[in-house]
Amino acid sequence: MIRVKNLAKHFGGVYAVKDCSFDIKPGKITSVIGPNGAGKTTMFNLVCNIISADDGSVYFKKENITRLPTHKIARVGISRTFQQARLFKNLTVKENLTISRPCSEKEIRDVLEKVAFKLPIDTKGSALSYGQMRLLEIARALLHPHELLMLDEPTAGVNPSVRQELKKILKQLNKEGKTIMFIEHDMDFVMSISDEVIVMAEGRVLMRGTPKQVQKDKRVLEAYLGK
Amino acid sequence: MAFINYVIHLAILIGIYSIVTFSLNLAVGFTGLLNLGHVGFFGIGAYVSALLAVQGVSLWISIPLGALAAMVMGIILAMPTTRLKGDYLALATLGFTFILGSVARNWTDVTRGALGIPGIPKIVKGNTEFLFVVVVLAVVSYLAMWYISRSRFGLTCEAIRDDELAAKMLGKNTFAHKALMLGFSALFAGFAGGLFAHYITFIDPSIFGINDLILMFSMLIVGGLASVKGSAIGTIVLFLIPEPLRFIGFPSSVLGPMREMIFALILLLILIYRPKGLFGKVDFS
Ligand SMILES: Nc1ncnc2c1ncn2[C@@H]1O[C@H](COP(=O)(O)OP(=O)(O)O)[C@@H](O)[C@H]1O
Ligand SMILES: [Mg+2]
Repeated sequence: MIRVKNLAKHFGGVYAVKDCSFDIKPGKITSVIGPNGAGKTTMFNLVCNIISADDGSVYFKKENITRLPTHKIARVGISRTFQQARLFKNLTVKENLTISRPCSEKEIRDVLEKVAFKLPIDTKGSALSYGQMRLLEIARALLHPHELLMLDEPTAGVNPSVRQELKKILKQLNKEGKTIMFIEHDMDFVMSISDEVIVMAEGRVLMRGTPKQVQKDKRVLEAYLGK
Repeated sequence: MAFINYVIHLAILIGIYSIVTFSLNLAVGFTGLLNLGHVGFFGIGAYVSALLAVQGVSLWISIPLGALAAMVMGIILAMPTTRLKGDYLALATLGFTFILGSVARNWTDVTRGALGIPGIPKIVKGNTEFLFVVVVLAVVSYLAMWYISRSRFGLTCEAIRDDELAAKMLGKNTFAHKALMLGFSALFAGFAGGLFAHYITFIDPSIFGINDLILMFSMLIVGGLASVKGSAIGTIVLFLIPEPLRFIGFPSSVLGPMREMIFALILLLILIYRPKGLFGKVDFS
């Protein structure tokens, strides 16, 4: 589905991402973990060309998308959320969703039910709590036509019951054939739903494997504890 | 009788400027573009239509051409600058206004420079009839701009104002949206400029002055960003409030500066007590 080759990006003298390579298989749930500052969010931003890569390339279904403008990358079938939820805060819940694509009231209700969002659809974005913002952002990403869904720390700042809800949602979406890639810190969450785990440290892919393999790996522990 | 004529004159100006305010709102309020070129677009509409009309071109053609010229300028200005970060658009549009003023002053073969263009034909002779025409055109313009702002395109522009990156990630070509919306903003400003020229019958390079830009922004901010009702009411409020000064009998040399002081005072009061303007939907932050 997506193949990342030797991606690199530096800010000032420091490489945030360096020589980063991996691929994501279609129909799988892949999580990306790694200590703070490992370059996970930067890697997401490079994939979407929100920041442009110094080096390396990104292929989506064999098409080189490295230099495509962000809105065209979105159109080839990538949908994503951000580490800090980015809503249209002067628009209502409903308007936030219809920006993704024109959709009926029923589609709106369905997608909101899917993410367990329970407020009236004419609520303004700025009136939502942080957790609700995240859910609405996920709903909006779901409505945007896509094959690959990328989520940056979807459970950050949401309460435990919503976390469980999110777990179900991702599993369900995956059953429906969606390819999902997400950055996450909650290890229970990661281990319980991922088919594959990519561990990043210092801008590189330290290792990848099944949740079991990753849990057993000494290098991963070291990366988290610091050497 | 003189008083009635004065009221009609004021109503005509309010009609013309209410189009200006809403069109400024399309860019600033609905799309978040700091468009400081609005007097430039207004002036282009006025000059193009006036120059054509004094050559005998029908107003049916000259006024739309003036508006279109403004729209083209708006899109041309937006294309390079909306891609850049920060307020390059503000700088570019303001610089563009100064350049236009300079062109109007110095390209004397065409514009007659500081002498201005006298004898511009009126749309209709009598002021009562003119008021009627302006009311109709203002209503039609409001409907058109309201339709633009409520359309899917307009809603997407509002999304871009709130978070451009999120809009891009939903597949929106944000540059094209911003450029086109600045084009619409300029189109209606140019149209209003045409109406103004064919009402006042004389224009000179002072039409590109910065004072008018301050007036336009005052009307916008008092009425409120992204509010249709606010655009109309902000215009009315700012036109009416300074008017009683005339009857107190101040000499005209004092009147102008007084008006500006009153605008500044109104702006301050609004920003302190009602930072969203009277009907605004969006914060300035
Ligand atoms: N826009 C930026 N400017 C400067 N440094 C940045 C920027 N974005 C990220 N960084 C740096 O790059 C490194 C990786 O950051 P990030 O990708 O956010 O890590 P993660 O998401 O894994 O926590 C960090 O050291 C961070 O400070
Ligand atoms: Mg991050």
